[in-house]
Amino acid sequence: MSLKKISKDQPKNFQFSENSLKAANNIVKNYPKGKQQSAVMALLYIAQKQNNNWIPLSAMKYVAKFLNMPYIKVYEVATFYSMYNLSPVGEYFVQVCTTTPCMIRGAYKLVEACKEKISESENTLSQSGKCSWMEVECLGACVNAPMMQINDDYYEDLDKEKTLKILDKILKGDKPKPGSYRGRINNEPENNRKTLLEYKNA
Amino acid sequence: MLKDKDRIFQNLYNDLGYDLNSSKKRGDWVNTKGLIEKGREWIINEIKSSELRGRGGAGFPTGLKWSFAPKEVGSRPHYLVINGDESEPGTCKDRDILRFEPHKLIEGCLIASFAVQAHVCYIYIRGEYFIEGQKLQLAINEAYEKNLIGKNASGTGWDLDVYIHYGAGAYICGEETALLESIEGKKGQPRLKPPFPALVGLYGCPTIINNVETIAVVPTILRKGGKWFSSLGKEKNTGTKIFCISGNVNNPCNVEEEMSIPLKELIEVHAGGVVGGWENLQAVIPGGSSMPLIPKEKCETLTMDFDSLVKEKSGLGTAGVVVINKDQDIIKCMARIARFYKHESCGQCTPCREGSGWMWRMLERMAKGEASKNEVDMLMDVTKQIEGHTICAFGEGSSWPVQGLIRHFKKEIEKRNNFDPLINKDRNVPYLVDQHLLDK
Repeated sequence: MSLKKISKDQPKNFQFSENSLKAANNIVKNYPKGKQQSAVMALLYIAQKQNNNWIPLSAMKYVAKFLNMPYIKVYEVATFYSMYNLSPVGEYFVQVCTTTPCMIRGAYKLVEACKEKISESENTLSQSGKCSWMEVECLGACVNAPMMQINDDYYEDLDKEKTLKILDKILKGDKPKPGSYRGRINNEPENNRKTLLEYKNA
Repeated sequence: MLKDKDRIFQNLYNDLGYDLNSSKKRGDWVNTKGLIEKGREWIINEIKSSELRGRGGAGFPTGLKWSFAPKEVGSRPHYLVINGDESEPGTCKDRDILRFEPHKLIEGCLIASFAVQAHVCYIYIRGEYFIEGQKLQLAINEAYEKNLIGKNASGTGWDLDVYIHYGAGAYICGEETALLESIEGKKGQPRLKPPFPALVGLYGCPTIINNVETIAVVPTILRKGGKWFSSLGKEKNTGTKIFCISGNVNNPCNVEEEMSIPLKELIEVHAGGVVGGWENLQAVIPGGSSMPLIPKEKCETLTMDFDSLVKEKSGLGTAGVVVINKDQDIIKCMARIARFYKHESCGQCTPCREGSGWMWRMLERMAKGEASKNEVDMLMDVTKQIEGHTICAFGEGSSWPVQGLIRHFKKEIEKRNNFDPLINKDRNVPYLVDQHLLDK
């Protein structure tokens, strides 16, 4: 269970935009009648996407009314799950995995790179206000370690130098190509593949 | 080494494309109707005879689990839930199935739903796998378009709807009852069992929960026959399994191999050997971070299956092999795993909530050499007080790796932490009122 800081600056009002509203109504349809509470996680995602990557308290209240459930239940969900940001994280949110499989392949070098390029401490916006970084637990790409996630994309097989380059690009506003940065294809053993070779060469 | 024709996941590295047409070429959705027309009994019996065990970590026989679903649908509908909340450090097999073999999974959903009489199937994917989820959604849309699922799915007369539900970064939601709570829109805190989800699950209805890999292998087993699957591996540990080999190896990779493959073969042949050579190996975590590590001496002869790893007081878990070589500080590695568990404890049961942080703090001090001698035994005691005293298996998951460390590397810890306990040095501690208790 992680501790989460709720932003002191809160917008007074929040409302779904037209697109968000459409998406939200579609999601509610996925669940049986009377069980619309199930959609709360998806709706919080929609709110987060609409509101620049973070969820203000007014959005939680809005979602609670939308789904006809108590506000506290929405608050519980938003604080329990680690992927809901309750304070601004910037347009580019960098998450570096530092759990053991990544750590033993040098994940803390990536953390150093983030400290140099973005900000000295975690969860602090960079000078431009566009970017922040955070150490996270296993992101489930262990054979591509060390790796990091920027918004939705995975950047894999990194080292410090490559990370610095990627961070430079995003700070300039470019979107670097996601995937492996050692040029290997997905999760295959690099230069050592012994299985399913007829397809590889086909 | 397993023959290529016996590999279930032909597109593990995405050489062939993941769209519907390419999937059909390698045998997905071929005569699904025929399989389903053979009937519920036949499907469950075939899975039972294949001796398929759940691939999510616990290794529960899948056929048996399906047979727990009520035979007749009563007033409450049945549900099928697929667990794709893959968060165990060292494991990344489901990710490749979701993005490169989505049609195997969807076809498996149809067959499994029919077998347990469910008309709705939820696939729970961890929130970080957003891109993978989008690929699966595309595949689901394709399947709806071709009427492979939906009303009268594949012409079988069975209706099935498949929905994706994204998690949001909680490891605990991989526990089946926590996952159900999460789908219901609550905090992911596990429920007490019994009642088991097969009778009282999602929305209080009978629910069968299976791992992504388990469901994705089902269509192939039915096509090739349970006998074929059980001929691979060894008794009670049959079939093939995707192994994820990460850590200090030259070529970390995912590879599908036969059960009971020797660990040494897995590392040397597929992963290109340990960094610095086999002699540089320190320890291996055989099945994701919650399984106790195994020291080098035992790795020479170890085979990778459920039963032989249990004999070594470890387990196959999710088959995420993390290799740690001698350049790494083993205590620090385990301290980082303890930190993972401290972060991910859901906070429901006191032993786990308090104990996981306690273990982490002790291990951090031990890694720095700031602990005293008797604390090693105290740490063991803490793990014993967590294990078995919690609602879900997270208690075991967090304490087993620490127990494994103490079991195999006690000397290493003691060498580094050789302070005498405060009490032996000076028994006249003014604030220790019950000093007489120390008298023997």
